[in-house]
Amino acid sequence: MKTFIEGSRAVADAVTVCRPKVISAYPITPQTHIVEELAKIVANGKVKAEFVNVESEFSAASVVLGSCATGARSYTATTAQGLFLMAEVLFNISGMRLPIVMTCANRAVSAPINIWNDQQDSLSMRDSGWIQLYAEDNQEALDMHLQAYKIGENKGVLLPVMVCMDGFILTHSYEPVELISQEDADRFLPSYQPEDYLNPDNPVTMGAMVGPEAYMETRYLMQEAMENSVKVIEDVANEFNNQFGRYYGGLIDTYKLEDAETVIVSLGSVLGTVKDAVDSLREKGEKVGVLKVRSFRPFPKDAICEALKGAKKVHVLEKAVSIGMGGIVSSEIKAAFCGKTGVPEIVGSIIGLGGRDITVETIIGILNGSGDSSYDQFIDIKKELVEDPEPSDEAVAANA
Amino acid sequence: MKLKPGAIADSHTSHGNLTGSWRTFKPVYKQKDCTGCKLCVINCPEGCVFEVEDRKYTCNLKYCKGCGICAVECHVNDIEMILEDK
Amino acid sequence: MIKDNLFDCGHTACLGCGEALAAKRVLQVAGKDVITTDATGCLEVFTTRYPETSWGVPFIHSLFENSAAVASGIEAALKALGKADEVKVLAQGGDGGTADIGLQALSGMFERGHDVLYVCYDNEAYMNTGVQRSGLTPFDTATATSPAGKYSWGNEHRKKDIPAIAAAHGIPYVATSSVAFPRDIENKVKKALSITGPKYIQIHVPCPLGWRSKPENTIKIAMLAVKTGLFPIYEIENGDLTGVRKVSEPVPVEEYLKLQGRFAHLFKKDGGKDEIKKIQELADRNIKKFRLN
Repeated sequence: MKTFIEGSRAVADAVTVCRPKVISAYPITPQTHIVEELAKIVANGKVKAEFVNVESEFSAASVVLGSCATGARSYTATTAQGLFLMAEVLFNISGMRLPIVMTCANRAVSAPINIWNDQQDSLSMRDSGWIQLYAEDNQEALDMHLQAYKIGENKGVLLPVMVCMDGFILTHSYEPVELISQEDADRFLPSYQPEDYLNPDNPVTMGAMVGPEAYMETRYLMQEAMENSVKVIEDVANEFNNQFGRYYGGLIDTYKLEDAETVIVSLGSVLGTVKDAVDSLREKGEKVGVLKVRSFRPFPKDAICEALKGAKKVHVLEKAVSIGMGGIVSSEIKAAFCGKTGVPEIVGSIIGLGGRDITVETIIGILNGSGDSSYDQFIDIKKELVEDPEPSDEAVAANA
Repeated sequence: MKLKPGAIADSHTSHGNLTGSWRTFKPVYKQKDCTGCKLCVINCPEGCVFEVEDRKYTCNLKYCKGCGICAVECHVNDIEMILEDK
Repeated sequence: MIKDNLFDCGHTACLGCGEALAAKRVLQVAGKDVITTDATGCLEVFTTRYPETSWGVPFIHSLFENSAAVASGIEAALKALGKADEVKVLAQGGDGGTADIGLQALSGMFERGHDVLYVCYDNEAYMNTGVQRSGLTPFDTATATSPAGKYSWGNEHRKKDIPAIAAAHGIPYVATSSVAFPRDIENKVKKALSITGPKYIQIHVPCPLGWRSKPENTIKIAMLAVKTGLFPIYEIENGDLTGVRKVSEPVPVEEYLKLQGRFAHLFKKDGGKDEIKKIQELADRNIKKFRLN
């Protein structure tokens, strides 16, 4: 039975059935509805957990670091500035191999301050050692949280997982979704049983100083764990499908891709709009398709190259930019193809920054090449905001 | 030995680091006028001073760095720091 | 292997390290059923040189500024796991990690009422990075970033009053102590651990390297800091001053200052006498404020 519910509340419900022991968060738009709902759930005793109201995101991340290290399943959520304030702790959490799950309600990064959606925040945390999964809709977002704990806590992985969902577009939208019962969740997700944790009966030291003699190996093992997670993410998606009958892809998913000559690649909620655009072009007989990147870390190099090998042109819709380089995801896809033959033309299209609407028409324009491409990779740039005005006739005459 | 995830270290493992090699001056516990006040034990930053028998103390030279706190704090001058001949 | 030792030999603290001595003492009193955190700093570096550790209790070091927040998380986890009655939480940090970069997390831990004892080992500068001034460096101290010079008497600022800031949070127990008084540390740690809620103890610990003093004088110097009135020893319970260590015949501050290279400029430069007078006034003010004599 489906429930018509806001995305944030659906996620809070999913987190609840994961039976977290400690939840800690600091309010920031558009993450607030998730943690407000969790606070309410804890207050009403629906889950036996400690909800720690902290004085900053830095402490939110530090609290869940401490609680997870003590053997308690832990959860936090944030976005944008909050994610950046957490940055130092994020690297610490992954380095300590603590499988915390965090929701990132994707939002633009300041300055200028902007609370609306893009994906600059999480994509900028690319190298933090967190697994990053991107949800397309609210059902996937809520299901992804159960999968996230199962992936992160896998003994061959032991890495934190960031569930990325577009701020406002998903967090604040109402959709009918299947919520997950406690019984079903318990069947899918076993309790958290770490081998080593802070425990006086078997004392260990965590966070020791590691010098040049072993530091590199800690990083190698994290890379190995990320590589291990490639299979685990696929397996967990399949297990979820077997139990719940819902599947969104593992590392990637495809839509009308089989014979597609032109393909759009993207992450997150924009894929719904992209599929509408593809449907309308397909009706006109154009061979267009979609590749959804569900896991950005680990980056599914092999799966992406395999999926795109038949395409002639690939447009990567990017809700973030590496200033001085360009699109982040398109750069990575190009790198994945490096050294291979039959490489499609790969173009990054930076779009939707700071909450700018992305329409079906814009995407069709990108797909059929009719869109404006006069501003490097940036799509739909407003000329009057970036160019000096044409001088008036009087001014020209005066200068003559 | 393979690193544990997160480079977790097992406890009671620093004994292998014999800090006595740092020493220039070494304490000599004369065990003559000792009153058994234990200030040498209590004030040793290494925790390497121990009781041999009643009013007789000595230190484990494997770890003693030779800081000399015990000699300064001994009320009856029963500990002497001497230049170590290695 | 000595299994009953909670703070093992083989750590790499400098000769005569006051912090090592105080931490050992605190741990002996706290016992084995405790989970400890520590901010980045000397203590963490000299006790946890991977793959070795000197800690016989569960220990976690995360970052410089979050010892109190990590401890908050541990305490929350113990509560959620139903272990809060059996296991205590001991958070630790140096003066920089406590009073400067970690002050926000510490305030949060106090305000939220976590059942954690926070111990600050106060050696009055950033020793681990090479003796730079911190918010707890005393007035007129020469450090690497507050050097004495032709136009400088060293650190221009007074020591930040963290115990007063802690007490202002309305927490049940705040105390100062000194490595020179092991029984005092013992009593205070015991008392603190018997109280539910956030507790704060600041322990004065000489650093021979940073204070440019002789390693063998660590206890002597710590003792003089108390006997001059420069480092008053007191307890604040539920906001009230409930105990002080009396200094019946205060020692002039020169006796304390002259044993330390960080104050050597006060005895060499013209005008030094006036500066020492200012330091004496600070000691006298403490004696009056806390009614030490």
